[in-house]
Amino acid sequence: MTVETTELALPSRVEAIDEAATAVAGLVTRAGIGEEDAFGIDMAVREAMANAVIHGNKLDETKLVEINVKCSLDSLEISVHDQGPGFNPDTISDPTKEENILKSSGRGIFFMRNFFDEVDWSSSPDGGTTVRMIKRRANPI
Amino acid sequence: MAELNIAERQAGDVTVLDMKGKITIGEGSVALRTAIRRMLEEGKKKILLNLAGVGYIDSSGIGELVSSYTAIEKDGGQLKLLNLTQKLQDLLTITKLLTVFDVYESESEALNGFK
Repeated sequence: MTVETTELALPSRVEAIDEAATAVAGLVTRAGIGEEDAFGIDMAVREAMANAVIHGNKLDETKLVEINVKCSLDSLEISVHDQGPGFNPDTISDPTKEENILKSSGRGIFFMRNFFDEVDWSSSPDGGTTVRMIKRRANPI
Repeated sequence: MAELNIAERQAGDVTVLDMKGKITIGEGSVALRTAIRRMLEEGKKKILLNLAGVGYIDSSGIGELVSSYTAIEKDGGQLKLLNLTQKLQDLLTITKLLTVFDVYESESEALNGFK
């Protein structure tokens, strides 16, 4: 295998989080990515999906969340696109700071950034927001 | 089968909740929230969460643990955690929540830790 890609378009409901994570997990296993990295990838995918389904598309099942996964020899790249208005990631406060530590939310993006090497957001000209996460493989094939 | 099963037992004046499943956005987080609310309504304010059977948790589940902690403390009670999996311990470490929660590996030590 050199490059494997997966594309999904799922309606915005909570169950879509599991569906996307399962699809990504299959690809991650086939790529031979180790258990520890696989755990972090799974968690970040679930957080990105939760953001897209709940905060982006606000659980409107007529709106789709599109997931693109590309696993190459040296990296894994995952994009999650929703139809929401987007947000400024710079406004997300650090959940590990003392003043935020007892907040009940705000850790999803922290986990995404923790488990992937690069995470960025972009707004599409036709509306919607895409988060792109890249993880470089520890032992490129 | 429910995403999160919670079994309640009493150890002296401490209520132990043995949890099995996932604490994730949706059903699992709601089940934990509902259980904690019920405990407080019943006047049970010393609560030990046995997380040995919790194989997966996400940011929503961790948020629910924090909410449980603050709700119980606000009500004059105490919440402690028992038998974290290595993964959950790692997540609480990177979020610095291990500095917030009282975490135990032994149930008897946890029970003795309640005032």
